[in-house]
Formats: sequence, C-alpha cells, structure tokens
Amino acid sequence: MTTVINTPGIPGRDGSGHPHGLDVIDPHRIRQDFPILRQEVNGKPLVYLDNAATTQKPQAVIDAISNYYLHNNANVHRGVHTLSQRATDDYEAGREAVRRFINAPDANEVIYVRGTTEGLNLVASSYGRRYFKAGDEVIITGMEHHSNIVPWQILGKEIGIRLRVVPFNDDGELLMDQYETMLNDRTRMVSVVHQSNALGTVNPIPEMVELAHARGIHVMVDAAQSVPHMPVDVQALGADFLTFSGHKMYGPTGIGALWGRAELLDDMPPYQSGGEMIRSVTFEETIYNTLPHKFEAGTPDIAGAIGLGAAVEYLESIGMERIAAYEQALLRYGTEKLRDIEGVRLIGTAEEKGGVLSFHMEAAHPHDIGTILDAEGVAVRTGHHCAQPVMARYGIPATVRASLAFYNTTDDIDALVKAIDRVIEVFG
Amino acid sequence: MASDLSDLYQEILLEHNRRPRNFRTLDNPTHQADGFNPLCGDQISLQLNVGDAKVHDVGFQGHGCAISRASASLLTQAVKGATSDEAMAMFDEFHKMLTEPDAELDIDLLGDLEMLAGVIAYPTRIKCAILAWHTLKAAMDGENVATTE
Repeated sequence: MTTVINTPGIPGRDGSGHPHGLDVIDPHRIRQDFPILRQEVNGKPLVYLDNAATTQKPQAVIDAISNYYLHNNANVHRGVHTLSQRATDDYEAGREAVRRFINAPDANEVIYVRGTTEGLNLVASSYGRRYFKAGDEVIITGMEHHSNIVPWQILGKEIGIRLRVVPFNDDGELLMDQYETMLNDRTRMVSVVHQSNALGTVNPIPEMVELAHARGIHVMVDAAQSVPHMPVDVQALGADFLTFSGHKMYGPTGIGALWGRAELLDDMPPYQSGGEMIRSVTFEETIYNTLPHKFEAGTPDIAGAIGLGAAVEYLESIGMERIAAYEQALLRYGTEKLRDIEGVRLIGTAEEKGGVLSFHMEAAHPHDIGTILDAEGVAVRTGHHCAQPVMARYGIPATVRASLAFYNTTDDIDALVKAIDRVIEVFG
Repeated sequence: MASDLSDLYQEILLEHNRRPRNFRTLDNPTHQADGFNPLCGDQISLQLNVGDAKVHDVGFQGHGCAISRASASLLTQAVKGATSDEAMAMFDEFHKMLTEPDAELDIDLLGDLEMLAGVIAYPTRIKCAILAWHTLKAAMDGENVATTE
C-alpha cells in the first residue's frame, strides 16, 4: 500500500537512496528469532513462502507458551489461588495487547475465538439469528475465503436470506459501483475480506464502510490476512466487527480474536453456552455474564491467548508500518521477477495488494509445481486456497501461491525463481 | 521425500500427461463414475463398456495434475481387454505398490503401471495416482461417485 510506504519516519525513506524500501528491515537479524527457519528440507535450505497459510513462530512466542505451562498453568477466572491469578493476569494481558494492536476502544470488546473462521461463524450465527429475517440480504465479495461464504449460506437456508456477491475485475479489484448498487433497504450486513488470501488484493474497507453506514448497515471484516502484515486500526477502518487468527500473525494455532462494537455485542445472544459465560444459573433461568465472557464459554485456550499476546508484543517491537513497507518492497521485487518468466501468469494484480504471489503456468499443474518446488526446499501452497469461486472467476482449478513474511529475503524470491526454472526444465 | 525427482517425473509419465490415451467419452457406457480429490480439486470421469465380465472399452475425461492424468491414461491401457477380476486384481496390486514400501509385487500384472512406483516416496501425491483407480472401482461396483477422502 503506497500510503504505508510513504509514511514518514521509516528508516530508509529519508533520502537514503533506497527507494525500494528493502532496507527498512534486516531480515537476517529477524531470522535469528525464528529457530525453525534454520533447517534444510530435501537437502536444500528451507525457503518458507507459505505465510498466508500459517506463519512461523518467533522464540518469544514459543517461550511465552512454555513459560505458562512450566510455571503458571491454572484455570482462569476461577480459583483464588496464586497460579490461577497469574494465569488470569497473563490471559487478560493478551487481550489488552490485542486491543492496543488493533486500536480497539475497550478490551471488553475483544473476544477470544479459535480463529477467523470461528469469529465469522460467531457473528453470522449470533447476530444473524437475532436480526435477520426472510428476504434480508447479506453482501460479500467474489474473493471471500469459504469461511466467509458458508456460514452465511447456512444461515440463508435456515432463515431465507439472500447472499449478494460483489464481483471483481481481472486484476482482482472490486467493482465498487456494483457494490454501491447492491446496497439497499433489504441489506442487513456487509461481510468482506480485508486482504484476499488467494489474490492479495487489499479492499477499500473505509470506503465500503462509509457507503454501508450511510444506509445504517453494519460491516464485518475478515482481517486474517491483513492484521499480520499492515497496521490495522479498527477505529480508522470504521467497521463494526473484525476478526483474525493468531497463527497467521506469528502466534499459536487455535486462538484468534473477534472485535465488535460493545453496543452490538451486548445485544447479541451467546454463541455457545456453559461455564464462564454465565452470571447466575438456576433451572428456571440463566443470566449471562458481561462482555467479553458472555462469548467465551468453557475453559479457553489460555496458553494460546498468552502466546497471541507475545506475538503482538513481538510485532510491536518491530513495528507494523516497517513490516508493511518491507513486505511491499519484497512483493515488488517478486512481482518483477515472476513477470520475467515466460509461461508464468500472475493471478491477482491489484494496485492495492499485500505480499501474495499467486500464479499459474500453462506447462504444469500447480500440484506438480508444488512438488518440484518442495524438492528445491521451497514451501508454497498449491490448490484453490479455500476460495473456489476465485479460481472459477479465472477459469483455473488451482494456483501456486507464494506468500511473504518479513523474515523472507530477496534470496528466497531468487530460490523460488530458480525452482520455477526447474519446473520448466521438467515440463518443458 | 528423499527420492530424486526424475524417479517421479519419468519421461514416459510426462508423455502420458501430454498425450493421454483413451481421453474421450464412450457412446453407450455400461458403467461410469466421477472421481474427486476434494483436497486439490482433481476431477475425473471414467466410462466403461463391460460385457461378459470383460472390459471392452474405457475412456476418461477431466482435469488434474500430471500424476493423476498419467495414472488415468495408464489405467485405461491396462484394463482395456482385461476381465473384471483382472482389473480388480490390478487395483489391489497398484494400491499395494503405492502404500506398502517393501511389498512383493506382481510385476507382470502391473505392466506399465509400475512406472508410477516412484510416487510412494511422495506421500502427498499418492491420492493423485490412485484417484483413477478408486473411480474405476466405484464404476465397477455400480457407484457413481468416488473420492480419495
């Protein structure tokens, strides 16, 4: 995103003669924080370019999780004993770290979930069941992950709502005029991906929110691919709900967060029920707990939440603007390199784009490419990326996707290019 | 995996991928089934003409990676003219070749199918190689859909 790169104060942007921004981060120093990267795969140095699927974990995150199990393990919000208090403090410190990271007004608006998928399901199920009625419409886009399609479809079958889909152009950019005409009196929700996992497109959330809010429509944002790679400020975006996963932002699997406006969350029924989410229970009646506990039934993923908090602190220590600038520079480098290879077609060439290089080759099927790349030590994702409608839009069954993180280097891109040359050698 | 790539992508396999045999639909198939690999989206439609417990003709359509396509092509060559029992014996032998590392194999029965033996070193690709065979089995059993899941 150009706006991010031009942010003043980033080293290397002050007339240092490095217009490409690759010098804002020293990836070789960063890589020392990630023990897993120091290994060979199939006799070649590991080149990990599958960061949109999941990112690797820095030592700080691994230590935070192991420290919890070594010293502080206890259930949260339960006991009066010391360990329980320590566990609760660390668990809640993770929530506060997440609040700060996305600039949410209040930590009680941050609900721990298993990941983006659960965040989307929670809103579809809880908000949808409360407010939607037959004939209502939900707007999504043509580049959604299946997790932002299927929950609405299931609800659609139950309640009789209609799903409207905003199309995109060949570059992977939403057709905003069509979005505008889709907004109408029946629209109850806009649920949109911030950065497409398959294409890399960064969608104009503030503009989409403004158009929706002008008609009193709430907006949900799937931020799984944006929160790890750029500064995300929920107040600046203006959205009403936003959700993301810990494991895509250098934290553990099984934990993520849903942020929502307190006034909306307060009115929504619980998503799951059990312990923790109640204030009092008799056999006649249950009074629900306050936010965020109302939505956190049962013993949560305490270690995960603590690990997520550690991931946030690690990212803050580097700075999200710096990370975004570096990854943009690396994306430009990779885009130029892949464009130079005959027979490689980039899928997703939006002006506003994150560090995703999805491509297709006439000569070879993505799975064969993936196997050959793996033999060269290069880890990429091949397949439909849980976004089959996107594949259908381009008339292909699958793509190869190399996705970047700030520990990747230009050497990694060069290794990818070399491995693609090997594909061409084999398949001609 | 540790095996050399050339064990997997042998020239003859690549040739079957480029120019698959029996890549066509039959006019009046007696048996047919669609096979899916949900994980990667590979899809194959297999049609057979079976009479007097013998496979008289076979054709396939669909899309997928080189391994799945070459495997389907080789399957059609192998089972055309075989008895139904022989075809099922080939299925079992092929399955054994890809899943049991030190199995004693009936090389005569496998014939050209042996060129896919290298796939065993690539666990993520076994499903690609075996999709056509599961589809064949489904068709012979009178089921219409096969998946590798």
